[in-house]
Amino acid sequence: MVGITGYGAYIPRHRIKVEEIAKVWGADAQAYKKGLFVEEKSVPGPDQDTITMSVESAFSALKRAQIDPKKIGAVYVGSESHPYAVKPSGTTVAEAIGATPDVHCADFEFACKAGSEAMFVCLGLVGSGSIEYGLAIGADTSQGAPGDALEYTAAAGAAAFIMGKDNIIAEAIDTYSFMTDTPDFWRREYQFYPRHASRFTGDPAYFKHILGAGKAMLEKVKMEPKDFQYAVFHQPNGKFPQRVGRLLGFEKKQIETGLLCPKLGNTYSGSSPMGLTAILDEAKPNDLIFMVSYGSGAGSDAFVWRVTERINQVRDSAVKTREMLNNNKSYLEYGTYAKYRGKIRKGE
Amino acid sequence: MSSPRYWRGIPQRYRLEAGKCKRCGKIYFPPRLVCDECKGREFEKVNLPKEGKILTYTIIRVAPSQCTDQAPYAMGIVELSAGSTGKDGVKILSQIADCDFDKLEIGMPVRIEFRKIYQEGEAGIICYGYKCVPI
Amino acid sequence: MRDVAIIGVGMNKWGELWEDSLRDIFTEAALLAIEDAGVDHIDSMYIGCMSSGLFVGQEHLSSLLSDYLGMGPIPAARVESACCSGGLALRTGFIDVASGMNDIVLVGGVEKMTDVSVGGATFALSTAADQEYEVYHGVTFPGLYALMARAHMHKYGTSRKQLAQVAVKNHFHGSMNPLAQYPQKITAEEVIESVMVADPLRILDCSPITDGAAAVILAPLDLAKKISKKPVVKIIGSGHATDTIALHSRNDLTEIKSTERAAKIAYEMAGKSPEEIHLAEVHDCFTIAEICVIEALGFVEKGKGGPATEHGITALSGKIPVNTSGGLKSKGHPVGATGVAQAIEITKQLRGEAGERQVKNAKVGLTQNMGGSGGSSLVHIMEVV
Repeated sequence: MVGITGYGAYIPRHRIKVEEIAKVWGADAQAYKKGLFVEEKSVPGPDQDTITMSVESAFSALKRAQIDPKKIGAVYVGSESHPYAVKPSGTTVAEAIGATPDVHCADFEFACKAGSEAMFVCLGLVGSGSIEYGLAIGADTSQGAPGDALEYTAAAGAAAFIMGKDNIIAEAIDTYSFMTDTPDFWRREYQFYPRHASRFTGDPAYFKHILGAGKAMLEKVKMEPKDFQYAVFHQPNGKFPQRVGRLLGFEKKQIETGLLCPKLGNTYSGSSPMGLTAILDEAKPNDLIFMVSYGSGAGSDAFVWRVTERINQVRDSAVKTREMLNNNKSYLEYGTYAKYRGKIRKGE
Repeated sequence: MSSPRYWRGIPQRYRLEAGKCKRCGKIYFPPRLVCDECKGREFEKVNLPKEGKILTYTIIRVAPSQCTDQAPYAMGIVELSAGSTGKDGVKILSQIADCDFDKLEIGMPVRIEFRKIYQEGEAGIICYGYKCVPI
Repeated sequence: MRDVAIIGVGMNKWGELWEDSLRDIFTEAALLAIEDAGVDHIDSMYIGCMSSGLFVGQEHLSSLLSDYLGMGPIPAARVESACCSGGLALRTGFIDVASGMNDIVLVGGVEKMTDVSVGGATFALSTAADQEYEVYHGVTFPGLYALMARAHMHKYGTSRKQLAQVAVKNHFHGSMNPLAQYPQKITAEEVIESVMVADPLRILDCSPITDGAAAVILAPLDLAKKISKKPVVKIIGSGHATDTIALHSRNDLTEIKSTERAAKIAYEMAGKSPEEIHLAEVHDCFTIAEICVIEALGFVEKGKGGPATEHGITALSGKIPVNTSGGLKSKGHPVGATGVAQAIEITKQLRGEAGERQVKNAKVGLTQNMGGSGGSSLVHIMEVV
C-alpha cells in the first residue's frame, strides 16, 4: 500500500477582490465574477514566493506525517514560478526542513500540473522501494498580465504531500496520465507574463485532457462517479471544474469541498493539490476521492485516493486549508497589489 | 551578500540551529566556540523553539536599500521559548510580518515563519530566513 | 603611570564639506591643535575613524595622515570601535603618554561621510551592528534605538515629549557653538511632528550625517605645566568596556551596560563620584541614547532620565549640564571625530573658553562615547589643574 502519510497547505494572508482589479481596467466586475465564478484571489506578500510557501506547507505535512525529515528520500517542487530559472526550489525546501544531504531533489514544471507530477513521481519511487518517503509540493505565485482576463484569477498558494508506505492516511489506489502537445497557454524564457490562446484553452485543452485522463482512470479502476464521496479538478476559475465534473458524471456536492477557486483564485501548480488538502481536512475513513489535475501544454494526471482510519488521528496536527482561506485576510487595493507583484516598472 | 557568507549561515537562517553548552546548559544563537557563563568549550546542536513573545518592537519606515520596497515593516526583539514554561528563552531580532501595526504590543505571542529576507537585485541570489508572525 | 594632560585642541566647522577631502579635514584640525598647544613636534599620532574604507575607499590612514601632517615619519595608528573610535583614540593616546612611551601625542578623529549617497552612508554605519543577526533582517540604527526607546517607555513611562526635549536642549546649546553643523534652535513640537523614521523615533530624534575632524594634543602633566600657556586640563580617569554587539543579546534592553562598566572604571581611577562631575559630553546619537546614558553614568536614577531632561537637570543652567557643545544632534556626528570633539568641549569648558555656553565653575568634566547600540563605550574624566 502506497499513499499520503502527511499533507499540508499554505495560503498567504493578502487578498484582492475582482471589483478592485476591474475598477482599474474599466471592466465589468459583475460580468467577470459571474463568468469566472471567482470573487477574490490570494496575493503573495513581497517576502513570499514559491519557496517560502513550499517550506511552510511542507512543515504542516511533516506535522501530520510525524516522521524524521531525514527519512525523506526525495524532495520535488512543481511550479511555474520557481524563483530561480536555474537552481532548484527543492534545495532550499530540503535544507529548511532538515532533509539534506541524503536526498534526491528536482524541480518539476508543466504549467499547472507541476505539483501533481511531483506527487505522481513520488508515489512511483515509494512504490518501487527506491525511497522510504517522498515529499511532493505544488506551489505557485503566478502572474497574470495587467488587464488580461487571467489577472482576475492568478493567485498564490502551496500544497505539500509526503508519500510513504507506512502510516498512510490516504491510499493511492491508482494513477493515470494523459498528455498531448497543445499550445493553449505558455511563457517563453525571459518573458515576465504568460500568454494564452483565449477560447482555445477550453475544449481542446482543459476539457479534452481532464476528460481523457478522467475517463481512462475510471475505466482502469472499474469505478463510477457515484462511487466517490469527493472529486477535485484543476481550478483555473470556478466554472470549469464544475462543468468538467458534470461531464464526467459527478455532482455538485461531490465537487464543493475541494472547490477553493471562488475565494482563492487559481493557484496553478497548487490548484488541485490544495483542493485535495481541503478534502482531506474533512473526509472520513474509507471515503474515495477522485482527482484530476491539468497543466497547459497540455496534460492531466489522475489519482484515485481512499482515505484510511488514520486520517482522524493526524488531521488536526496542522492548520486546515479553509482556516487559512477564510481567516486573517488582508484586502489590498490595486496599487499595493501591483507593487507586491512587481508590476510597476522601477529604475535600476 | 556573498554566496559563501549566505550559505555558511543557512543552518541558523533556515533552521534556527543553536548551540547548547554541555556543561551549564546555556543556549547560544548563533552557536559559539566558548560559553561566556562557564567557559565550557563543548556544545550540542539544538533547534530553537518556533514560538515566543515580543519584548519590544518598532516600525521601520526609512529602510536600508535592499528592503525599500518592503517598507514600512515591523521589527521586534522576540523571546523564543518552549510554550509558557516561564523560563527565559533565547532572544532574536526579526521582522514581524503579516501584522496590523496598531495591534502590535509588548507581550504579543508570535511564531516563526520561513520568508524571503531580500534579494540581490534582479540577478543576484535570493536570501531567505526567519520572520515572526502573530499567532 | 605618568599623569597625562591635554595641552591643545583643534576643530573645524562641521557640516557637508564638499570642497574638502578626508585628508584636508583631518590635517586642518590637527594643525589647529598643534598651534593651540604651541608645540613644534609630535612624537606619535592616533586617529579615530570608523570606516574610511567604506566611505572613501581609503585605508592605511596611519601613513596617509602622518604624510599630510608634515611632522615627519612619526608612528601613527588608526583605531576603530565604530562610533567610539574617537574615544578609543583618546584612550590609546592616553596610554601612550601614561606609559612613558611617548611625550607629545596627537589624538585625532575624522570621518568623511558625504562622498557616498545616503544609502551608502547608512550601509557603512550599519556595519557597527551584527551583520548576520541584526542587519540581515532589515534593521537600521534608528530601528535599534527605537527598539530601546519603546522598551524604556514601556518599563519607565518615558514619554515622547521627554525624548524630544533632549533634542531641543542640545539644539539650544548648539546655537551657541559656531562650529556646530545645525545650530538652529528647534521646538518639541517640531521634533514630534517631523518625519517618522522608526517608530517612535523621528528624523529630529536622530543625529545627522556629517563631515568633520577634531584633534587634541596630549603631553605628560609635568611637561604640560612647563610649556602650556593655557590652563592645563588633566585626564584623571579613563574607562573602557564592551558589551554584546547585538541589542537582543542583552539582559535589559533599557540599559547601556558598557557605559556603566566604563564609567565605573573611570570614576574609580579618577577618585570621583557622579555627583562630583560638573558637566558631561555624552553620545546622543539618538535622543533616547542620552536618556539611557545619563542613567548609566549615575547622574540620575535608572528610569529617571526622561523626567530629569524634562526638568532641566541636564540643561546649561541645570545641576549637570549635558552636551553644552550641542551634542551629536546639533554639532553633528562625523563618526570617528565625535569622541575627540567631546574631549575638546570639556577642555574648553574647563579652561573657561566656552563663551556663551560656559558652565560656571566648571572644574571636572566627563566624556562618554559609545559604539553601535552600546557594544563598546569609552568614558574619560578631566580636571583643570
